[in-house]
Amino acid sequence: MKISLGRWLLPVYSVLALVFLMVPIVYTFIFSFNDSQKSNITWRGFTFDKWLNVCNVQNGAVCQAFSNSLIIGAVATVAATTLGTMIAIAIVRYRFRFRSATSLLLFLPMATPEVVLGAGLAAQFLSVGVPKDMLTIILAHTMFCISFVVVTVKARVASLDPALEEAGRDLYGSPGQVFLRITFPLLLPGILAAALLSFALSFDDFIITNFNSGAVTTFPKYIYISAARGIPAEANVVASAVFILALVIVVSAQVSASARAKRLAKD
Amino acid sequence: MAFAAFATTTSDADQAPRRKSPVALLLLLPGILYLVLFFLTPLVSLLLTSFQTPIEGGDIGQYAYAFRWENYVEVVTAYLPHILRSFAFALTATVLALIFSYPLAYFIGVTARRWPLVQSLMLVLVIAPFFISFLLRTLAWKQILSDESFIITSLKAVALMAPDAHFTGTSAAVIFGLTYNFIPFMTLPLYTTLERLDTRYLEAGSDLYAHPVEVFRKVTIPLSMPGIVAGTLLTFIPAAGDYVNASRDFLGGPDSQMIGNVIEANFLVLQNYPAAAALSIILMTVILVIVMVYVKRAGTEELL
Repeated sequence: MKISLGRWLLPVYSVLALVFLMVPIVYTFIFSFNDSQKSNITWRGFTFDKWLNVCNVQNGAVCQAFSNSLIIGAVATVAATTLGTMIAIAIVRYRFRFRSATSLLLFLPMATPEVVLGAGLAAQFLSVGVPKDMLTIILAHTMFCISFVVVTVKARVASLDPALEEAGRDLYGSPGQVFLRITFPLLLPGILAAALLSFALSFDDFIITNFNSGAVTTFPKYIYISAARGIPAEANVVASAVFILALVIVVSAQVSASARAKRLAKD
Repeated sequence: MAFAAFATTTSDADQAPRRKSPVALLLLLPGILYLVLFFLTPLVSLLLTSFQTPIEGGDIGQYAYAFRWENYVEVVTAYLPHILRSFAFALTATVLALIFSYPLAYFIGVTARRWPLVQSLMLVLVIAPFFISFLLRTLAWKQILSDESFIITSLKAVALMAPDAHFTGTSAAVIFGLTYNFIPFMTLPLYTTLERLDTRYLEAGSDLYAHPVEVFRKVTIPLSMPGIVAGTLLTFIPAAGDYVNASRDFLGGPDSQMIGNVIEANFLVLQNYPAAAALSIILMTVILVIVMVYVKRAGTEELL
């Protein structure tokens, strides 16, 4: 009796722990169907209305904030992924001076609390006299994404077999051709993972954004501002839709990876 | 994932032969320059701002560069409770998240090894909270645990809670929110080290007649130390600087404000930039010292 109890304890706990993690997500999803008026706190009945008319509330404020977040996320992701991938290749492939200083410079942004990063950039923009708008948010997001791109892509570069590139050179490929036809395609999964991570970090960032956004509203900032007077159900709709989309992307990536692993095992 | 990188113990030094080439400089320069411009110099301007003095006869928010070190004395006297509270909250949340995450990460990484599909499905559920806005998750908890909510009214009905007690707005609620929000940051690095744990070591321990508790304490925990260090840092650092959970519109109240709330209010509302900057410098310094001491004692310096 005692043994079977011990055997079940861990799986049961793990399932309960995951259920606990899901509670606010399920709550947010359910309340996206709430037939609420101004604030979305008490349940007033089921409706599809909010899903069908997401952009109609407060003159489209929710959708405006959402599209700002998408634009900022896209630009910051492209910039951070480019800069970070270049650094990752250099770190794994080349010898250079100031190596440990470079590692420290890459590690520190991840070890600094966001409120310090945000206040620091805001203090700099203030002293230089740069007005806060979309651009300052993008500059801030690119900054904190670079380090995460470097750690993600670095692992991929390190696992890349240099013999493949040598073969390309032996067959008279120019350095550009070798990079475009061999190195880049092999690094692509790592680069894509880094880009997804950057986008997720940028899209959900509030703390740094709040210090550097001026009058521009991103989706998280919209929620923060509206929290005092109640958040319309439309915000739940946007968040739930993003959640489902992200879940689909991750699950299909997992499924295709495991399918590929099975195919490789067969060969 | 980045979390895996945090938890790896291999250093860059012992990898494939490396060349010296001007290409390296071309690859490094743009990104490094970017970080110097938008990470390093902002820290310098934060430091300079923290010593600024108000312009005489100037408007609110107008300051001149000076060396007014009294700013630090003033913010520490005024906000010492907030500073101490931030580190106490962050520490409590980190310990709670570790206790919550370890069994879960052990199950996914060790017990569930035989079923890769279960393993990957559970991992997706662990990171699922990342896919929904951090602020909405916190607000959801605020409503789930509000005074009128089912949970709180039932707790009061069975006298587990005093009839006039509240949960939201208290320090406990802020710690709860911090713990919940940073659990994935704890679970993932724990998982990545436990997943690589060689279970033959555990068998060896029990073959030598060690009690399961002893095997756990002397074998499992030391072998998962890199994950514990990475997870606690990834939880503690953002938790100490957080100001969303403790915000009064979220889970906090007047007696549970953290240093982040004070920095935000001073910078964005009161326009007292030197006070906000001085508090930021204090927060960053204390965290860096804690991180360095902790990493040294835990013996995983490769993390840097």
